[in-house]
Formats: sequence, structure tokens, C-alpha cells
Amino acid sequence: MTDAVLIAQMNDMWYALPLIIAVSLVYAATRHEEMVPILAHAGRLAMWIIGFMVAIFAVLFVLSWRL
Amino acid sequence: MSDNVREHESEPAIDLRDPLVAVVLAWLVPGLGHLYQRRFAKASLYFVCVMTLFAYGLALGSLPEKGWYGRVVYYSWRTGDKRLYYICQVGAGLVALPALVQANRMANNRRVWLSGFQAPPRHATGPIRVEDPNRDQPTAHDLHSRLPRYFELGTVYTAIAGLLNVLAMYDAWGGPVAPARKKPDEEEDGKEEEEEH
Repeated sequence: MTDAVLIAQMNDMWYALPLIIAVSLVYAATRHEEMVPILAHAGRLAMWIIGFMVAIFAVLFVLSWRL
Repeated sequence: MSDNVREHESEPAIDLRDPLVAVVLAWLVPGLGHLYQRRFAKASLYFVCVMTLFAYGLALGSLPEKGWYGRVVYYSWRTGDKRLYYICQVGAGLVALPALVQANRMANNRRVWLSGFQAPPRHATGPIRVEDPNRDQPTAHDLHSRLPRYFELGTVYTAIAGLLNVLAMYDAWGGPVAPARKKPDEEEDGKEEEEEH
């Protein structure tokens, strides 16, 4: 796979952003009542989700090296 | 204030009013149950998050130049086309219910409404019959070939919107989930360790 194709497919990852934001906010809202703790919790959760996705990407990237 | 009051140590007391009514309203329109409970900030948050995802998913599953709108949300239980995603999508409430009407009309050989908004794809078995009132409707193959990857993306967006509304319904029923607390013996152990240091 060329870098150009990989970069083009990486652009599709932007579709995950609205999902991450909405999932983080709604999940955090089921844990708290006030907006400040909701937003703080949502921020932490979003970072966890993005970190998890980056970790999975790194594993797959290494496994597919030179395929 | 009614008897349905939830209170946590670090959170304000919440009057849940009638939780059953709140759950039904929360299902019908995301955030409406919280509006009924006068939890205005959370009502706005749930409405914006769920409806934005659902609307964006519908838009991804549309192809205006062909007159296809909201095709990613549809109900079908036909052989070879059992739409399990609809179980998740219907969690979003009223906005997913036209799919049931459209599926019923198509099953009874009646013309679908609204140019086929949320209508199931035409079943592609055998040649197109002239008497079929929905012969101009796309098949599943048409949808997948003309909406490559957007059909799946739209499906995922709308399904997650429905599932998130289920969480919102749970919140309308019982209030926010209490933060996890340490067991009493763990708290004591923690204090002893602090004292030793």
C-alpha cells in the first residue's frame, strides 16, 4: 500500500470525531448531573477513546508492515 | 417535590417526577424526558448529541440527485435482508418510526410515501413487474453501489444515535449513575497507609 492511499484512507477517520464527541458527552451525562463534571468526564473519556484507537492503529500498522 | 428524588454526595438532588412518563418521552424525542423533569441542560445535551448523529447519518445515506433520502434507516425482516441495525436505530424514537410505515406499505404492494424516505430497498428477485408500484425504488445493490461506504457510515451513525438515546432513557428513569465508591474496609486501609507514611 502506498503512502498516498494510506493517507487518503486516514481521512475517513474524521468521521469518527463526531461519534467520539457524542458518545463521550452522552456517557458522561449519565454519570453526573452538573455540566462542569460532565464536560470534564467527557474530555477524559474522549482522550481514552482516541488513545485506544491510536494504539490499535499502531498495532495494525506494525503487523501490516511491508505487506 | 415528588417521592422520586435521587441524591448523591457530590451531586444536587434531582426530582425525577414520574420516571415512567419520563422514559417514554425520552424515547419519543431525545431529551424530552429530561425537559419534563426540568433538567434543561441535560435535555439540550441529549437532544443535540442524538439528533445530530441521527440527522448526519440520514444525510450520509441520501443521494439527492437520485431522489434517495434517509435510506440507511429502514425496517426489513425478509429472507436475506433482516435489518438488525433497525433494533438499534429505533432507540432514537419517533424519527425512526417512518421506517415501519414504509415497510408496511411496501409489503402490502402500496406506493411508499415521501419519495421512499426510510423505505426498505426493493427486493430484487426476478424481473421488475410493471404492476409493482415501487418498481422505481432502489434495490440494496443499488444503494451499496451508489453510496459506497457512506451507506455503512450512515448506518453506524444512526444506530449509535439510537443506542445513545437508550442511555439517555436510563438517565431519565433513575438519574445519573452513582460514582463508584470504595468499600468501607478499603477506605480504612487507605487511611492506615496514609498514617504510616
